[in-house]
Amino acid sequence: MLTKRIIPCLDIKDGRTVKGINFINIRDAGDPVELGAAYAEQGADELVFLDISATNEKRKTLAHLVKEIAAHVNIPFTVGGGISSIADVEPLLEAGADKVSINSAAVKNPILIDQLAKAFGSQFVVLAIDARKLGNQWTVHTHGGSQPTEKKLFSWSKEGQDRGAGEILFTSMDHDGTKSGFAIDPLTKLNELLKIPVIASGGAGRKEDFLEAFVVGKADAALAATLFHFGEIKIPDLKNYLKNNGVPSRI
Amino acid sequence: MRVAVIKYNAGNIRSVAFALERLTIDFSITDNPEEIRSADKVIFPGVGEASSTMKYLKDTQLDRVILSLTQPVLGICLGMQLMCKHSDENNTPCLGIFDETVTLFQPAHNEKVPHMGWNSLALTKGWLPADVDDQFVYFVHSYYVPVNQHTSAITNYVQPFSSAMRKNNFFAVQFHPEKSAKVGEKILTSFLSLE
Repeated sequence: MLTKRIIPCLDIKDGRTVKGINFINIRDAGDPVELGAAYAEQGADELVFLDISATNEKRKTLAHLVKEIAAHVNIPFTVGGGISSIADVEPLLEAGADKVSINSAAVKNPILIDQLAKAFGSQFVVLAIDARKLGNQWTVHTHGGSQPTEKKLFSWSKEGQDRGAGEILFTSMDHDGTKSGFAIDPLTKLNELLKIPVIASGGAGRKEDFLEAFVVGKADAALAATLFHFGEIKIPDLKNYLKNNGVPSRI
Repeated sequence: MRVAVIKYNAGNIRSVAFALERLTIDFSITDNPEEIRSADKVIFPGVGEASSTMKYLKDTQLDRVILSLTQPVLGICLGMQLMCKHSDENNTPCLGIFDETVTLFQPAHNEKVPHMGWNSLALTKGWLPADVDDQFVYFVHSYYVPVNQHTSAITNYVQPFSSAMRKNNFFAVQFHPEKSAKVGEKILTSFLSLE
């Protein structure tokens, strides 16, 4: 039986792992290669590395880091952050990334999704969507969640699927960093709407939150960062808990 | 022992190389027919689309090289699908080592396609180490090979399909052993230690 995936996310700045709390404050949580390998050892199903370096110059070190990760980590991983063209993606693919995630650049230039899917295959393209509820509408935000756009979560994710994205990584900015649980209603709706896998992100605080994301939200995978980095929830404990509660899990 | 990893226009070849490095195996990534023929083991990896990769294999005559091999050959993911007779992906005639047609998943209960993530193996017969039975490996694919007389492991998604096969010196896996943590390493090691 296909299992639900648990995905630690490692934010990278200047080659180090960090995590923004509500996208603002940043804490240092270690070496990405070591941390990634440790997560793989603990039973993480996949990893996401998100480069939040401010400048293109610093971003050039990303391909080198990806190569180090690929050499040491024996599970699939996604790399994202600042990708805006096929030329940005080629060195990451060559360095051993299994997937790339695109966010702001896809909102600005949706055809990028088509181009990447055609060049490398849909399985390589993760469309990351940061959204927040404004009034009654789940509104897509870009640039680390700082800029509201005209796009709405559901129509944009459907468009992304139709253009060739292989997965949707949905982060609720209203929930991110709050530890109050995932955004279950939009998650359920997304999973009913889409034919491609959906990764839930933002708001995990307790094991029960993951259970709810899988059972009620019908998510295919769930992502968290701080919780795992600071050992508040241990991955083997979480997976045992999920398995004992009837969620297909790889133990 | 020397391993040749076949170089062609498919993705994911680097991942196989990294996995071999982690296992400290001597290998080369090559499209040189002599180097491939003289290797002790050959790996035919790949992620991508059937028609464009088959066209490349024909244009470079790597298709004939693969068919002529007598040492153990392991097809991975797209590599396994290209070893079949035909792929429904863009109606592509393939290498024909396995007399099977590769078919698109037709979800019956809203299962998502591609089949992406960790799923378990049920060993039937053959070459996979016994202790990987019921263990999880990583899959990413939209097309599948039906269960047939050469099936060595079955996985369930939408319906049971071939997650591993063997015919003579040709071995094949639909999943990615190079991305399947310790279970994948065990499977690669087992293939590499075949006589």
